Amino acid sequence: MRLEILFFVAPALLVFLFFVVWPILKAVQFSVYRWKGYGPLVDFVGLDNYVSVLQNDVFTGAFTHNMIIVVLSILIQLPLGLAIALLLNRKMWGQGVLRTIIFVPYVLAEVIAGVVWFQLLQPQYGVIDTILGAVGLHGPEEGWLGTPDVALYTVIAVLTWKYLGLAVILFLAGLQGVPEELYEAAQIDGASWWQVQRKITIPLLGPTVRTWAFLSMIGSLQLFDMVWILTGGGPANATTTMATFLINEGTKRSNYGIASAASVILFVVALVMALLYQFFILRRDTQDAPRTKKAKR
Amino acid sequence: MSAGTITGTVTPAKRQATNTRRIKRQGGGSPLVYLIALVVVAFTVGPVLYGVLGGFRTNAQLADKPAALPDPWVLTNYTGVLTNPDFWQYALNSAIIALLTTAIVVIFGMMAAYPLARYQFRWREPLFLVFVLGLLFPATVAIIPLFILISKDLHMGNTWWGVALPQAAFALPMTVVILRPFLMALPKELEEASLLDGASRIGFFWRILVPLSGPGMVTVGVLAFVGSWNSYLLPLLLLQDDMKTLPLGVADFSSEHASDTAGVFAFTSLAMIPALIFFLAMQKRIVGGLQGAVKG
Repeated sequence: MRLEILFFVAPALLVFLFFVVWPILKAVQFSVYRWKGYGPLVDFVGLDNYVSVLQNDVFTGAFTHNMIIVVLSILIQLPLGLAIALLLNRKMWGQGVLRTIIFVPYVLAEVIAGVVWFQLLQPQYGVIDTILGAVGLHGPEEGWLGTPDVALYTVIAVLTWKYLGLAVILFLAGLQGVPEELYEAAQIDGASWWQVQRKITIPLLGPTVRTWAFLSMIGSLQLFDMVWILTGGGPANATTTMATFLINEGTKRSNYGIASAASVILFVVALVMALLYQFFILRRDTQDAPRTKKAKR
Repeated sequence: MSAGTITGTVTPAKRQATNTRRIKRQGGGSPLVYLIALVVVAFTVGPVLYGVLGGFRTNAQLADKPAALPDPWVLTNYTGVLTNPDFWQYALNSAIIALLTTAIVVIFGMMAAYPLARYQFRWREPLFLVFVLGLLFPATVAIIPLFILISKDLHMGNTWWGVALPQAAFALPMTVVILRPFLMALPKELEEASLLDGASRIGFFWRILVPLSGPGMVTVGVLAFVGSWNSYLLPLLLLQDDMKTLPLGVADFSSEHASDTAGVFAFTSLAMIPALIFFLAMQKRIVGGLQGAVKG
């Protein structure tokens, strides 16, 4: 019996330990050395790498950008996704096709979506500036991705395009779990469409929304591909994220100690936010009884 | 979808005109709903469609009238990509790495989920917790040591396996978390009956459990495949030259031919086709898997 368990679990466990746990422990080890990637690890510097990362304006800027992306992604995608899901949650012509189409951007690689948007956003001769020009407006002179004050928000707009479909599809799936009797009861009581949505649908969608927001948050903290393709972190570090910072330090400058310290900080930030979210928000989903009662009232 | 029929009758537009007490069912939403749906669709597929159509235009056309249809339609951009051996090499690399990743994830994931779901032993829950905690480890955190481990220690830097193994490792926690409840839900009687018939537990696993778990395996397999097909960061660090995958190829092509917008559009459009076809074929599984992940 023990041998059987070992036989079944060992392959997955070994791969997991070797390619996930071990590298993460190594990252912690690298982070306390000054190391350029060759020779032995001898130059122990204690927490110096952490201090230098935390004092680095590029990194603190990157951290701020990550936080802006976390917050704005949820603030923009939640109401939009909810509105679209509520509108689509009805019998209508072409519903299946519609759901498929909405999900398309999510299935594309971030790189592919990024390359297409990069072309669309080209200053002057890109199609977006052309359309704006046709109605008498014009984009920023240096381009949407070339103007430091605008670039981050342009990236967020592209991310919204890429990930809104996921929110809509998940919310729609959550809506299907709302029992029909509740709608019938509400309508017999004379509730309006808006009242039904506000008092029944949205509260019952709570767990789905909270889990989606959690996934969105974790994704925003790790953001790399889209930024790397659209701006590479520029202009003037206006769009760096923690991930682009550590890849830059690690692969372009071979500062493995600094890059590892940054990755450990990224991990701690993600972990703390995940735990806080779990504690303050997701915890409500385990207390099932009161929630359902409240929603029915 | 049953819920939709009821709400569909009480649109905000109609609410003002009629009284609220109506349970009559009717298909179709109001024109407003269709209008909004149309806007959403345009916003969603517009950029993709523009890219695909842009591939049928010349750079002169694109520069002259950026927001017009191809006139005349030119095929040279697409034929240029399709006769480019690099494109096929990248597609092949992407396909092999995605298949290897999927195979490791499905086989190892099923094997690990089985005892975690259906055996009783002291270390069961702690062991499962190891995988659950694995969900919290973003690949980005481990990327620098992984790069050194794979390229310098294992000398697998520019190989298919060098990318597939770590990708599978990072996909395993989610796989185990999705598969365990799936395996738990299969009735206990099946196991008792087959054990009574003299089958070993390993025999039960291969002959009964694996065939019955088709849907669960397809779901985790599809998620692993799409994840691998689209991945960028790990291949970026590990693969060079003719070992590159499609996302790397797309990024390279776009920076090397930055002024050849039409060529970039053609290359990108062709690179997105496999993912789109795969998605259309497996749509239910992908959505189902994501829902499962959200509920889990």
